[in-house]
Amino acid sequence: MTLDFSTLLPYTDEILKGLMTTVWLTVVTTFVGIALAIVVAYVRDGGRGIASRLLGAYVEVTRNTPFIVQLFFLFFGLPALGVPISATVAALLAMVLNLGAYTAEILRAGIDSTARGQHEAARALGLSRLQSFRHVVLVPAFSRVYPSLISQCIIVMLGSAVVSQISVFDLTYAANFIQSRNFRGFEVYLVVTLIYLLLAVGLRLAFEFVGRRLFAFLQGGSS
Amino acid sequence: MTDFTLWDIVRNLLLAGRWTVVLSLIAFAGGACVGLMLTLLRMGGLWPIRWLVRLYVDLFQGTPLLMQLFLAYFGAAVLGFDISAWTAASVALTLFTSAFLCDIWRGCVEAVPSGQWQAARVLGLNYLQSMRHVILPQALRLAVPPTVGFSVQVIKGTALASVIGFVELTKAGTMLNNAAFAPFTIFALVALGYFILCYPLSRYARYLERKLYGAGSR
Repeated sequence: MTLDFSTLLPYTDEILKGLMTTVWLTVVTTFVGIALAIVVAYVRDGGRGIASRLLGAYVEVTRNTPFIVQLFFLFFGLPALGVPISATVAALLAMVLNLGAYTAEILRAGIDSTARGQHEAARALGLSRLQSFRHVVLVPAFSRVYPSLISQCIIVMLGSAVVSQISVFDLTYAANFIQSRNFRGFEVYLVVTLIYLLLAVGLRLAFEFVGRRLFAFLQGGSS
Repeated sequence: MTDFTLWDIVRNLLLAGRWTVVLSLIAFAGGACVGLMLTLLRMGGLWPIRWLVRLYVDLFQGTPLLMQLFLAYFGAAVLGFDISAWTAASVALTLFTSAFLCDIWRGCVEAVPSGQWQAARVLGLNYLQSMRHVILPQALRLAVPPTVGFSVQVIKGTALASVIGFVELTKAGTMLNNAAFAPFTIFALVALGYFILCYPLSRYARYLERKLYGAGSR
């Protein structure tokens, strides 16, 4: 058994290219996915209408099927229905829908734990349903579930390794590419796995930094 | 080229679905055994052992399952073993499951009030006896709902074994699609297969959680 990492050196460009793709997919997914989750949580909080039921079905289907199947369904299924879709768009769409469903459920737990009385008080003070959701329900719920939210975004970032399977040039695709050239599978995957680990740590630190800024006013006792 | 009827597709998916179920059971049973040992080491043990278990958990939680599968597959080759996709998938999923279960169970053990520990030790029970007769029975009650919930992640995780060539539900779907080219139907059916396996477990986990924590929340 011999390990030789020097055969990786000529492929630094591929690794960097893959890294950039993984990073931008994650960043865009985080913002759009959370926005989607807020909309879903708002509609589902409103009542038991048809929209609420449909979104409930979306959340359950997404949470109870593997990401790789969702990805294949979008990438192979949509063109068959006459909707052309590129690999990158399919990957982004699958990631956003996935994060959206999980985050909507996380937010709902946070919303449920906010006292109903606060919501009612806000309405009694004349705030509209949207205003009361935005100022009274969402912000405290968001700060309460923020740690779960961080974990979920990291899970989606790690799960994005699967988009390599529809030939999006992400970090894992770079690893597969290099492995097929230098036949040093173990070394390549070990290095790339470590990069993912660093990404996960970095993402957590970034989230915690933003969280401290974002919710500073809550810690101050002003709410 | 032969034509595939819907029944042909469904039948082949059902046949492959067996292996999704078997692999899930192996991963869950193996993961539970390793996870329990890790939990005991993490809670008791000397500080270097506790630290190592923590590192193990962080490594598996901080890297993609897909990479863990690749490393198991190629790592065995480096060590001189020629292992099948079956073995690689079983090993990788078992280790993955054990790390997450260890983390879940550690939380449950820590949730048992420390007074219980002190009382047990004062009564003359040693570490293992206190764990076995006082702490674990209480922690077990807390552990059931999240453990059932995590089993859903294990089932979904087995889908990644398709990437290293293990023929289960997802791989059967891609193979059928290459032959029949009906991606919308086939992947909808594959998704339905996972949903049928996972949804009852999700519901059951939620039910257990409500029962445990009372009807306080909506």
